[in-house]
Parts: sequence; C-alpha cells; structure tokens
Amino acid sequence: MEMEQTVTYLVLIPLMPLVGALVIGLLHMFTCTTRPLSERLYGILGVTGPVIATILAVKTFFELKGMPEEGRYFSQKVFTWFNVGELDVAMGFLADPLSVLMLLFVTFIGTLIHFYSIGYMAGDENFGKFFAYLNLFLGSMLILVLADGPVVMFVGWEGVGLCSYLLISFYSKERDNVLAGNKAFIVNRIGDLGFILGMSLLFWAIGSGGFDYLSLRENASALAPGMGLAICLLLFVGATGKSAQIPLYVWLPDAMAGPTPVSALIHAATMVTAGVYMVARFSFLYVQAPLAGAVVAWVGILTALLAAIFGMFQKDIKKVLAYSTVSQLGYMFAGVGVAAYSAGIFHVFTHAFFKALLFLGAGSVICALHHQQDIWKMGGLKAKMPTTYWTMLIGCLALAGCPLLSGFFSKDEILYMALANGYPGVWLVGVLVAAMTAYYTFRMFFLVFHGSARDEEAYAHAKESPKVMTVPLVILAIGAVFAGYLNLPAIFGGHQQVTHWLAGSLVEHHPHASLGLELLAIAASIAAFAIGAFIAYRKFGQGAEEPEFQGFAKFAYNLFYVDQFYHAVIVRPYKAFGAAIQRTLEPYVTDGHVKLSSLLYQLIGQAFKVFQVGYVRIYAIYMVIGLSLMSLFLSQTLN
Amino acid sequence: MIADYLILSIILFCIGILGVVSRRNVFTVFMSIELMLNAANLAFIAFSRLHESMDGHVLAMMVMAVAAAEAALALAVVILLHKHKSKLDTNMFSLLKG
Repeated sequence: MEMEQTVTYLVLIPLMPLVGALVIGLLHMFTCTTRPLSERLYGILGVTGPVIATILAVKTFFELKGMPEEGRYFSQKVFTWFNVGELDVAMGFLADPLSVLMLLFVTFIGTLIHFYSIGYMAGDENFGKFFAYLNLFLGSMLILVLADGPVVMFVGWEGVGLCSYLLISFYSKERDNVLAGNKAFIVNRIGDLGFILGMSLLFWAIGSGGFDYLSLRENASALAPGMGLAICLLLFVGATGKSAQIPLYVWLPDAMAGPTPVSALIHAATMVTAGVYMVARFSFLYVQAPLAGAVVAWVGILTALLAAIFGMFQKDIKKVLAYSTVSQLGYMFAGVGVAAYSAGIFHVFTHAFFKALLFLGAGSVICALHHQQDIWKMGGLKAKMPTTYWTMLIGCLALAGCPLLSGFFSKDEILYMALANGYPGVWLVGVLVAAMTAYYTFRMFFLVFHGSARDEEAYAHAKESPKVMTVPLVILAIGAVFAGYLNLPAIFGGHQQVTHWLAGSLVEHHPHASLGLELLAIAASIAAFAIGAFIAYRKFGQGAEEPEFQGFAKFAYNLFYVDQFYHAVIVRPYKAFGAAIQRTLEPYVTDGHVKLSSLLYQLIGQAFKVFQVGYVRIYAIYMVIGLSLMSLFLSQTLN
Repeated sequence: MIADYLILSIILFCIGILGVVSRRNVFTVFMSIELMLNAANLAFIAFSRLHESMDGHVLAMMVMAVAAAEAALALAVVILLHKHKSKLDTNMFSLLKG
C-alpha cells in the first residue's frame, strides 16, 4: 500500500461531542437533585462540541479538496483496539470524499438542531440530561461516519441505537413513550443481528488481508459470487433496521414520542441515514452482486409506496413527517439499489436539510399550540407565524419535489438512474410515490397553515417562536433551496460536482447519457408533483372538515394493522414460547442444576459438621493429632 | 547427654498439651501454651549446643519475643471474654459449634 496520509485531528471530530456528553452528563448527575445549574450553562456546553466538530469537518473537507483526485483520503489510527488471530482492529478513522460529505451535513445540521433545542427544551426539568444525550447521539453518528472499518462503524452503529432509545423515551413518565423507546431498540437489535452476521461472513471470506474498507475494497474481487450475495443481503438486513425499511420500519413512526428536535436529529442528520451510508460504503460489494442490488431497490421503493400510503391518512403532524421520512428513505435505497450510489447519497444530503427544516418547523408549530399535534385541530396559522410558514413552505416544496428545489434534483436523479440502469418498474412506482408525496405534504401544509382556525382557543394563544428557533429554520430553508444545485446534472447546465466528488469512494458505473430518458424522467417527476399538489390544494386549500375514515382510508389510517400483525405473529408466539420455557425447562433443567449443586454442598457440609464441636480444647486435640501424623509421615519419608 | 535435654523437653511439651486439652480455665490453658513454647525453646538450645551454632539461640530469642507479644494480646482477649460472660470457662465459648 502506498504511503498513508495521516492527520491527528480526525479523532477530535467525534471526540468533541462525546466529551461534551460526558461533562454535561456528570454535571447534571451531581447537581440535578441538589442545586440545578442554569440552562444557559448547559446550552453553551451543549453547542460547544458540535460547533468545534463542524469547524474541524470543514477543515477536513478543504484539506481533502486540496489533494489530488487519485488517492484522495487520509486516515488516523488512534490505538490498537484488539488483536485476535488474523483480526487486527485499530480504533481508526478515515476521511474520504464519502465520509466527508456525510460529515459536513451531519455536523452542520446537528449543530443547528442543538441551537434550536435550547429554545425548544427551555423550562424542561431534565434540560441537562437532554443535551448530554444529544451530544452522545451526534458523537456516535460521527464515529459511524468516520470509521475506517466495519468494526469501528459498528461501535457508532450501536451508539446511535442506544441514544435513539434514550431520547425516544426521554419523557419517561408516560408509559407509551417508554414502550416506543423499547420498540425502537428491539427492532434495531433485529437488524443489528443481520449486520453482525454480514460482518462476520465478510471477515471469514476476505478479512485476512486487513479488515478496513481500503483493504476490503482491494480484496473484494476474491469474493465468491454466492458469498458476496449473502454478505450484501445480511448487511441490508442491518440497514432495514437502522433505516426503517420493510419489514423493520415499524419503530420510526413510534419514535415520534421523543421531543421534536430528537425526531429532527434522528430523521435528518443521524441514525436513519446510517443504513444508506453503509450500503454506499460497501458499494464495492454491491456492484458484484446485482441481485442484492435489485432486492435493495425493490424493498426500498415498496417501502416508499407503503409509507406514502400511510402518510396520506395520518392526522398527527409528526406522524405525517415520520412516514415521509420512511418514504424518502425508500427512495434512497432505491437509488443505491440500482447502483446509483452517489444519487442515493445525494438524496440523503438534500433530505437532511428539508427534513430537519420540516421537523423543526413542526416543532415550532407544536410549541406555539402547547403541544397540540393533531393537524385537524390546527389551521390558519399563516398569519400568526410568518417565519415558520414561509420556511415550512420551502421545506414542503422541497419534499414534494417542486422543480428547482433541492428535493426535486436529488429525487429526479434517483428516478432517472432507475430508468437508465434498467429498472423501469422501480421508476414507475417511484413516480407514483412522488405524486403521493406531493399530496400528503401539501395536505398537511394546507391543514396547518391555511383555512380557518379549528381550535379557537389554541389559535388565540399561538405566537411566533423565539429567534433561537427561527434562525435555524431560515438557515435550513436556504439549504433546502440551494443544496440541489451542488449536483446539477448536465441537462440543467450543471457538472454533477457531488457525483464527481464521490467517485473517489464509490464503485459506480455511469450509464450512457440518454437525452430522451432524461427528459422523460424529468417530465414525469414534474407531472407527479403538479398532480399531487393540485389534488391536495383542491381538497384542503380552502379549509376542510375532518372526514370519517371508511374502508381503505380506515385500513390505511390504522397502518394496514401491521403492528397488530407483528404482534400476533411474532411477539405473542415468542412470548408464549418464553412462558412455556419458563414453565417447563427452567424449573427443572436450569434451576434444577443450580439446586442440585447446592444440595450436594449441603450434604458434604452435613457430613463434616460433626467435627465442629465448638470447644477450643477439641480443636487443640485435632491440631495435635494432625501435627503428630505429619511428623510421623515426615520421619518415615526422610528415613 | 543431648538425650536428657530432649527428654525433658518432650515431657514439658506433653504436660503443655495435656494442660491445653484437659483444663477449662482460660488462664491455665494459656499457661500450658507458654509451657509448650518453652519446651520447644529448650530443644532449640540443646541442639544449638550440640551443633556449636548460634542459629538455635536466635530462634529461641525470637520465640520468647513472640511469646511476649502473644501474652499481651491473649490477656486482652481474656479480659474481653470475662466481660462477655463473667466466667473464664472455655466450655462457655462454643459459638462455632456446627
């Protein structure tokens, strides 16, 4: 291997938020019961780590940009973590175009969300704890992104899983929130099992030449096709857990139980993008297994369809956004599935901006209405909250794929690539989902901001949120508009900078440009947006009454009863199985062994009990007898 | 010549053992233990003279020092025992009976 470029500050990027989490956590732990510290202190401590991480991320980006295009990466090995047999794992970090792109928006959006949280969480009794968790979350995500191999990535992978659990059940006094946290954690564990198996298999197959991305990439060609397929599918199981795809998407909508900034962090910057990132990271494996790619693409686009159907009938504003995230994640997987890795990652990038914007905007609305989340109880907020209104409008337009906004370019790129790489079915479903996306996005938007107020009392008290909340909204809105121009395709006069930038990390074949296909894709996307938005305007633009759900709508509102289905088919039998084991195997086999061994020792004790008479004199006799016997033995042997 | 000393030592030691085993008064038991220690000392000195080496003397000195320390400790224990039960009968103290 050629000489490696080494830097020393890479480790600081994840370390800074982690140190912040430690400091804030300890402070909170020792003062919360006696003398709570001021929110200002926690706020300053909370944003310090993310801000430094962001600055370092930008520095990393410019240093990487200054390097020649071939071998554009640098790494840092902090210490050898463990060394077992052929497996030699260092706590190492790698900055290459892919990880730096992720790094940039994760730190940037994460930092904005930290600032926003100062306003949103004001007055909460666990203010300090919240920032400790938030910092830990960001730090874990940064480990995940910067890891130089699957093992270190897994550390971050588990870290975000843990933090999501902690933050989703943050309002832990209510049972439902705790259950939602449990659900997220358990469902993620199922996915993690797939990840561990895939990782183990990968090591078993080609791990002997070094178990970091660069070595694996060099050795990937030695992989047998069947083995490659198995590894890719197992890794994808991990991705379905973390990134909420069929069949493991059920935790994400329930994750709305957490505070809104957490939802924004989970949905935009961290956690759910991990799966897409992982598939893109292992692009060198996925290009060798086209079948795995097809599975990824179809699972992705079907998830997008399913989530869009659910999204059209929800009445909780955060649930609508949650399903839109699941749906957009489906697009991303469709992108990486059809081997358009840069398009998938680009959608992650743009999505981060507008989804963070939408969640923070929704948080602003929820805050103003005193934690009212039902969109059928909102309405007419346009006049009361102008900044939130305009920024939300931009976010909705971007999400719905309005031409010239970021969401349009990235979604269109994925759909075009699906068409160009020979997945017309995926494309067709994708266009349908695009129309549905526009519909449910604007359904929510019109119900919240237009028409007349449905709940007069809440409306009367509603007012615009403080600056610390609206400024991040404005910044994110700017991002949501312009992020798309970073990867403008040639047909719009751009140079696809992001795709070129990512070429250093991804193994990707670019299809021959076909003007006809490209125009078809663009026309279909625009038409889908227009139709969806128009129907939403006709139905909800002038105000509407809450309908009684019947038939299919009721079925969809209840999420096709998937939760109940899982409960009946998996959870209940599993619990019954556990109960049966507890009744039969446990008392006799497991406990039986323990009881038997205790019985044995009791018997031995009973036998020797007779010697313990309690009189000192008798013990003295034992000693004399013992010493005599020893002396006798010694004199015998010495002679 | 050496045999005489050793026989005396053995006799003293056996008296000590008999005292420890048969007497019930804590002081008597304690005195018997001292007797055993001094029996051992006698044997040390005798062997030391036989081999014309000072090693035995050194050990005898050490045994005496240890015995002195032990006496200090043991007397404190005896006082505590007396406080506890107002008697010094060893049969009264049998808490470790199995």
